[in-house]
Amino acid sequence: MLTLQSHSEEQTYEFGKWIGANVQSGDIILLFGDLGSGKTVLSRGIAHGVGFTGRITSPTFTLMHTYLGRIPVYHFDIYRLNEPDELFDLDYEEYLYGNGISIVEWPERLGYLLPEEYLKITITRQLKENDRNISLKPVGSRYAALEEVLKNYEGIGN
Amino acid sequence: MIYFQKMKQRAIELKRKKDIFILALESSCDETAAAIVRNGREVLSSVISSQIETHQVYGGVVPEIASRKHVEAINEVIHCALKQSDLAKARLDAIAVTFGPGLVGALLVGVSAAKALAYGLSVPLIGVHHIEGHISANYIQHKELEPPFVCLIVSGGHTQIVHVKDYGSYDLVGETMDDAAGEAFDKVARVLGLGYPGGPAVDRIARHGNPNAIHFPRAGIKDRPFDFSFSGLKTAVINYLHHLEQKGETYSTEDVAASFQKAVVDVLVEKTIASANMLKLEKIVVAGGVAANSCLKEGLEESAVKNNMQLFIPPPVLCTDNAAMIGCAGYYCLLQGKISPLSLNAVPYLPLTGRND
Repeated sequence: MLTLQSHSEEQTYEFGKWIGANVQSGDIILLFGDLGSGKTVLSRGIAHGVGFTGRITSPTFTLMHTYLGRIPVYHFDIYRLNEPDELFDLDYEEYLYGNGISIVEWPERLGYLLPEEYLKITITRQLKENDRNISLKPVGSRYAALEEVLKNYEGIGN
Repeated sequence: MIYFQKMKQRAIELKRKKDIFILALESSCDETAAAIVRNGREVLSSVISSQIETHQVYGGVVPEIASRKHVEAINEVIHCALKQSDLAKARLDAIAVTFGPGLVGALLVGVSAAKALAYGLSVPLIGVHHIEGHISANYIQHKELEPPFVCLIVSGGHTQIVHVKDYGSYDLVGETMDDAAGEAFDKVARVLGLGYPGGPAVDRIARHGNPNAIHFPRAGIKDRPFDFSFSGLKTAVINYLHHLEQKGETYSTEDVAASFQKAVVDVLVEKTIASANMLKLEKIVVAGGVAANSCLKEGLEESAVKNNMQLFIPPPVLCTDNAAMIGCAGYYCLLQGKISPLSLNAVPYLPLTGRND
């Protein structure tokens, strides 16, 4: 497990960019964290790191946004789902198991549709207002190599 | 293809017709709605099958429930709209439908029904952008309103300032970089335990609070004077609450709601007025669900008077999702020959200014 301390939104964003620069086609990132912890900020970093240059907004209302970087990024916010089966409405398999990178906010809602392998990122609010603990955990062998690469990050302390 | 070619011709002929009757469908999010509109601005009937009650249980819009309810409701709302307008199906001149943005499963219900009707009745099909519909709601309410004007669109999924240059001709002036204004309302309401939908709940409780009790940040974005950012404000509210909870202190939900609302409204008003000044336009139009917010209305009224500008806000029933506004927007699309082929598909993520007709 890799753990970092971010002290600002900018640091969270920069770390996201590092993740985005290193992810590969087909990668799934599940993003855990409370409301206001910085999931969308980290997602923005990841999408920009993948090479998308446009605007990234929260997909809370539309449930999924697509960004075209060097590979497509599918940004989900599934907070509003009540049943995992509702994901079928979104054609989620096409995205999660396609050739792009999927980022899922509120992955708790995936239920039994939780993928077998994924990169688990958890953002936790700390006592100090802008401090966040960001932990990365590879689930499944596919993501072990990615974790090794991500460990080389020199931006913020780990 | 034969249908589409025939309809292109029909659209040209319809321009010469005295009365054009459009049946419009809207099913992009919560509401299943149908309306009959004459000549764009006259609403003969408007039926909305509100699903708010189902959603209140879950604290948000639940997509599958939404699409299932749309399937159940769509034929009924069409039937009611026709009945209330006293118009026979055969007198319909065109079918307009919202094809995006929105929830794909929900949108598809309206789009499929509209296609079947258009093909069956052999009338043009008009795919309408949901936001174009919201803007057009103002044409229904304010018969004298004509473009150009500046339009502030504020809803659960959208926060944009659009320069409406002409019917169907738009320039994006500014938009949110992260959360939509309505989404910020929903999320803050969630944290304050006020339930769904968040906008009306915050508005209601804020009336009993002091808007100056807490100073939340009015976040601007460097070098982007007309863009919005509400994510930081949401976080500031959460931080404020956490901070007090940590110290074991209580807070006034009313004051937090009022102060948060004030912070949102201040930014919306300031940037809308600034956009109008920049474009040298004297008409300000508001659209979308958040337009029903009383504090926003007051703030805009005050600033419009100060700046010698005319303000147009639709009544609440036209602010929230409805099909009459889609019929109005569809009418102007039809006059411009912008009709859709039967291959029209639901597009969940559809920028207003990215349309290529």
